[in-house]
Amino acid sequence: MTEVTLPEALPQPKRDLLPVLLPLILALAMLPLIGSGSSWVTLTAASFAMGMMIFIMASGLTLVFGLMDVLNFGHGAFIAVGAYIATLVLLPLATWVQADSLLTNLAVLLPAALAAMAVSGALGLVVERVLILPVYGQHLKQILMTTGGLIVAEQTLYALWGPQIIPLPLPSALRGSFILGDVAISKYRVLAMLVGFTVFAGIQLVLNRTKIGLLIRAGVENREMVEALGYRIRRLFLGVFMTGSALAGLGGIMWALYREQVHASMGDELTVLVFIVVIIGGLGSIGGCFIGALLVAMVANYGGFLVPKLALVSNILLMVAILMWRPRGLYAVTSR
Amino acid sequence: MMILSGDPPRSRALSVLLIVIIAALAVAPFLFPGAKAMNVATKICIFAALVASYDLLLGYTGSVSFAHTMFYGIGSYAIAIALYSLGSNWGAVALGLAIGLPLAALLALVIGLFSLRVEAIFFAMITLAVASAFLVLASQLSWLTGGEDGRSFQLPELLRPGTVIIPKEWFGVAVNGRTLTYYLIFVACAAMILALLRVVNSPFGRVLQAVRENRFRAEALGYRTVFHLTYANCLAALVAACAGALNALWLRYAGPDTSLSFAIMLDILLMVVIGGMGTMYGAIIGATIFILAQNYLQALMSIASNAAADAGLPLLPGLLHPDRWLLWLGLLFIFSVYFFPAGIVGRLRAGRK
Repeated sequence: MTEVTLPEALPQPKRDLLPVLLPLILALAMLPLIGSGSSWVTLTAASFAMGMMIFIMASGLTLVFGLMDVLNFGHGAFIAVGAYIATLVLLPLATWVQADSLLTNLAVLLPAALAAMAVSGALGLVVERVLILPVYGQHLKQILMTTGGLIVAEQTLYALWGPQIIPLPLPSALRGSFILGDVAISKYRVLAMLVGFTVFAGIQLVLNRTKIGLLIRAGVENREMVEALGYRIRRLFLGVFMTGSALAGLGGIMWALYREQVHASMGDELTVLVFIVVIIGGLGSIGGCFIGALLVAMVANYGGFLVPKLALVSNILLMVAILMWRPRGLYAVTSR
Repeated sequence: MMILSGDPPRSRALSVLLIVIIAALAVAPFLFPGAKAMNVATKICIFAALVASYDLLLGYTGSVSFAHTMFYGIGSYAIAIALYSLGSNWGAVALGLAIGLPLAALLALVIGLFSLRVEAIFFAMITLAVASAFLVLASQLSWLTGGEDGRSFQLPELLRPGTVIIPKEWFGVAVNGRTLTYYLIFVACAAMILALLRVVNSPFGRVLQAVRENRFRAEALGYRTVFHLTYANCLAALVAACAGALNALWLRYAGPDTSLSFAIMLDILLMVVIGGMGTMYGAIIGATIFILAQNYLQALMSIASNAAADAGLPLLPGLLHPDRWLLWLGLLFIFSVYFFPAGIVGRLRAGRK
């Protein structure tokens, strides 16, 4: 009897670490340009916070594309809806928001965030069933249908809430900054970073450690094979779509608090930003999306500090630079 | 047949409709001499050409661009800035065209080379990003573009309303510089649409359709699809820039709202879809119906909105308010993509069989 010798370990996919190092290299390269260490720390923290918020909004979009080859041009609508729903909870409870206790503040922020996510997720269900289901596999019609959906959603928000900007003040316990020596980091940014990292860790955990995550990753690689193994990928996809929409809603409330205002046009403004992030990261890649969001936020913050005029086009320049280096984004996941 | 490049409307109803529209536009200054009616007629001419150029991309190559208004805006701004800074003479018009058109083509070339290699979706996203950056630039660089206010300018002597070419006694309507401008636009737009019809019925146009139907197969047959798509993108950008220049000449103004805004992009998308993708005639039909509706239906909406408010209905007054016109457009858009993907022209042609 011949003994079969197994190789020591299964062959691992090659790790591609260069994109991971990119934000680090960028941050370090900016240190001498900015000069002052404390401003550098403040800017870097601001970039991280902004990057995390953008990542929360973009993660759903990239997963949905990776899994089902569906690009939702109406993704921004979920962001705006999330922000508006948050005002429904936060504005009537303004006394709680203004109370000078972190616990009371969180007691109202948490339900607001949950409500935003629930409504955005439910809207995601409707959009998937009504707009996307009839046009699977037809990119052209998908783009047209979801663009139509974005318009309808935005106009409905205008019709319901009116065209004015709604101010949304930050809870009092989250105002101000932590001050360490001569470095000031605003409290809300710390919260944004915490939430962002939690979402990122949660997504990574689900994708890499659970059966559902395994199926999602398998579906991204090869949809037909997952179907052939007897899994209903349609239902899996619906779940991913709703989760992505809910995350967009969460991103919407966080962004609205960051800007301290809500407006229906935030949907299309952020759509563009989120698209740039998703393109930079590589369509379908969560890791790429994370790095892309960080890079975009860093370029916006450092750029805004060093050359304010450049900030207008910095995102496009970043995208062009990345695409010259890797034409399909940092991590090209799908072979489609 | 020669002038239509061997691609006639192929439906009696469609032919009649087109003849009525074109005849009405041709005599518009004499039939409808009012200022509003003339604005509508001009807008129909300009948008018919603009939508036709967009159809070259959307209908014939199957790639969605969100940067079409950017090229339209480049044309508008080139004319406006040239006439604003050099004074109102024909040299400035020529210089504006000489700078605007190559700039639009160059930008289209760069975008095409960057994003058409991969996929329709990639192209759509990148054009959206670039167009929004351009819109921000145009409204921020106020020393050049006038910012949010835009640039107003004077036309050359010959095209001014005050220049009477044929006095009123002849046709009952005075032919002045404004009428001349209208005919300039009418002829230029007709020429552009006929040229586009020529392009899509050439061997080059056939390759574009092949790419739309099956890109792999077209590539396997030996066509360099990136080259063809990029070329189509540049052509469409050139026509759009021309249309933008004509629009600036008519309005004597160029600003973000009239030439660059996302709302215009949506209008163009809707006109293509209503008229019929992949049929140049659809551009004329779509533009006519849409612009007539836009100008005369909004009044109806405001009446309905007021009626609903008087009746004390909840929500409806807000939904029917003329400012919410885009809401209904969006719904119409979704319905037409879903139920009538071939548009009016496709319907009329199918009905004949």
